Amino acid sequence: MPPETAPAVETEGLTRRYGDFVAADSVTFSVRRGEVFGFLGPNGAGKTTTLKMLTGLVRPSAGRGTVDGLELGRDSERIKTRIGYMSQLFSLYQDLTVEENIEFAGGLHEVVGARLAERRDWILEMSGLAALRRRLTGQLPLGWKQRLALGCAVLHEPAVLFLDEPTSGVDPIARRQFWEVIRLLSDDGTTVFVSTHYMEEAEYCDRLAFMNRGRVVAMDTPAALRGRMTDPIFKIDTDDGPRAVPVLVGTPDIVEVSLFGRGLRVVVRDTANGGVMLRERLGAAGLACRAIERIAPSLEDVFVSCVSA
Amino acid sequence: MTRLLAIAKKETIQIRRDGRSLGLAFALPVLLLWIFGVAITTDIKDIHTAVLDRDNTAASRALVAAFGQSGYFSIRASLTRAEEAEGLIRRGTVRMALVIPERFGADLASGRAAPVEVVLDGSDAKTANVARGYADAIARSYSSRIRVTAHAAPPAVQADTRVWFNETLDGRAMVVPGLIAVIMSIISAMLTSLTIAREWERGTMEQLAATPVGRAEVIFGKLLPYLVIALIDVAIAVVCCVYLFDVPFRGSLAVFGLVSFVFLSGVLGLGILISSALKSQLLAIQGSIFATYMPALLLSGFFFSVSSMPAVLQLLSRLVPARYYVEITRGVFLRGIGLEVIWPPLIGLAVFAAATISLALKTFRKELV
Repeated sequence: MPPETAPAVETEGLTRRYGDFVAADSVTFSVRRGEVFGFLGPNGAGKTTTLKMLTGLVRPSAGRGTVDGLELGRDSERIKTRIGYMSQLFSLYQDLTVEENIEFAGGLHEVVGARLAERRDWILEMSGLAALRRRLTGQLPLGWKQRLALGCAVLHEPAVLFLDEPTSGVDPIARRQFWEVIRLLSDDGTTVFVSTHYMEEAEYCDRLAFMNRGRVVAMDTPAALRGRMTDPIFKIDTDDGPRAVPVLVGTPDIVEVSLFGRGLRVVVRDTANGGVMLRERLGAAGLACRAIERIAPSLEDVFVSCVSA
Repeated sequence: MTRLLAIAKKETIQIRRDGRSLGLAFALPVLLLWIFGVAITTDIKDIHTAVLDRDNTAASRALVAAFGQSGYFSIRASLTRAEEAEGLIRRGTVRMALVIPERFGADLASGRAAPVEVVLDGSDAKTANVARGYADAIARSYSSRIRVTAHAAPPAVQADTRVWFNETLDGRAMVVPGLIAVIMSIISAMLTSLTIAREWERGTMEQLAATPVGRAEVIFGKLLPYLVIALIDVAIAVVCCVYLFDVPFRGSLAVFGLVSFVFLSGVLGLGILISSALKSQLLAIQGSIFATYMPALLLSGFFFSVSSMPAVLQLLSRLVPARYYVEITRGVFLRGIGLEVIWPPLIGLAVFAAATISLALKTFRKELV
């Protein structure tokens, strides 16, 4: 396979155990070059452990993988020259200024002289920190810190960028700006590997892997994942939501009922006339049904259905 | 080299911005030296003294002047009768009375023994003991033919309190250079014990570990700025010794610099080893104090001479770098000895430095568990 078409990241049965606990269980996937690949799952699903195995921070217990064509374990130190990494914990030095952090990141990757100057200017412009370049990093708002950290992680123009929940705790506007930069990087050919638990962030990814309890439970494009959800979902506007829940729960053709604001959200087993059935049930129990509407599944719905399947 | 220098530079900036680090690096060693130094000098200065000169000749006045100019005695009263001395000592006005007999000048001139009498207030046994030591030394340096007889009032002066001071000037000269070794052992290990643990605690180590930076680059990059700081500390301490405590520096500065460099590399390396093994700032600083303070104080030969220790402790003291450094500082300061004499302890220091640094390299991992 010519190197341009070889996958940027590839794993086969990658596993990490801590005693009896399996943090990552036979994780297998392949990521194309230039792709934005998302890892979605709750805390403790094994996203961070997998990322740490790929960045050479944690040794796999079993399985294998490659990053930019280099074998995990054997070539770990060489892999580190090809990747950028932004850890879950805030990774910059708070007691260094913006510029000093950039220079330090440059030094670590042996980016010096004119190239460092050029990259520094790019980071300052991208993060909007040009005017604050001599400010201590600890004094910046979180959103700006994260953009600076992203800049430092890609200073040496890595082939693959690993981001471990890069936007947790960041406000929605800053998060959007952050993703604009990620898009930019991806357009320039950088492979971006990102973990998140924000469902709306998952929408920005080219492809997603759902993780739960150490395993990959589904993997596809966001649209295809949504298409997998064949059970229809209805939004019901009723007078008394709390009283309606026990009426619907426990019947075999209803998968899931949840309160949603003042109304209900009901997942029905794949039938043609789910709406009619729901209206009848509620009517029989003496509950008025003001409106009933079929809604498109969110990634969260898909995730929940994948996990409970 | 680019990476090593990047780490050294980053570390330097962090030290410069952190008041605690700066205080630990520069203020604490000077403060410790001053406290220990002053504790030693105030104890032994200015002993209030009364003089009863029955001889009143040039020779007797010269002896009194020798006491007065020594700096250890301050002549507060000139007496005419022996009974007055008792009253002054009883009231605590003076702690000592020097009685020079009538025949003093004549005996001295004719080459006979010329005893003088020193009456001491034995209620403060320590001061009495110190004063007797001084009086003895002054009398001896004044003339080897003068014998001092000390009559201490009960309780009698005890010999076991005579640890440091019985040789007057030599005591302080012994203590202060050794003090540099003890203080620098503690300070150096404390300085570096925080560096790696701090990065683990703050999460920046994870970031560092995902870059191609090598283990040696991290260890030496962190060692370098602290080595410079510790060498500056030693230089300040030497200046304090010479100008503040009047301890002579008879050896070669270049030799002392070299020895200090090797010693400091070892103890700074020990701090880094502790830091990378424990990964917690609190544990690391406790560990470094435990690993340096007691050994440097008790096993280095600073307080208790190594040759009089039990065999087991003597063996144990070989693992304490301060032991070699105490030996060398005393030798270089007081006896002016060079490499031809100090090479065995210098090899001891080099072995220690090589051991701690290579263990630090081995212990430091770029992997998480």
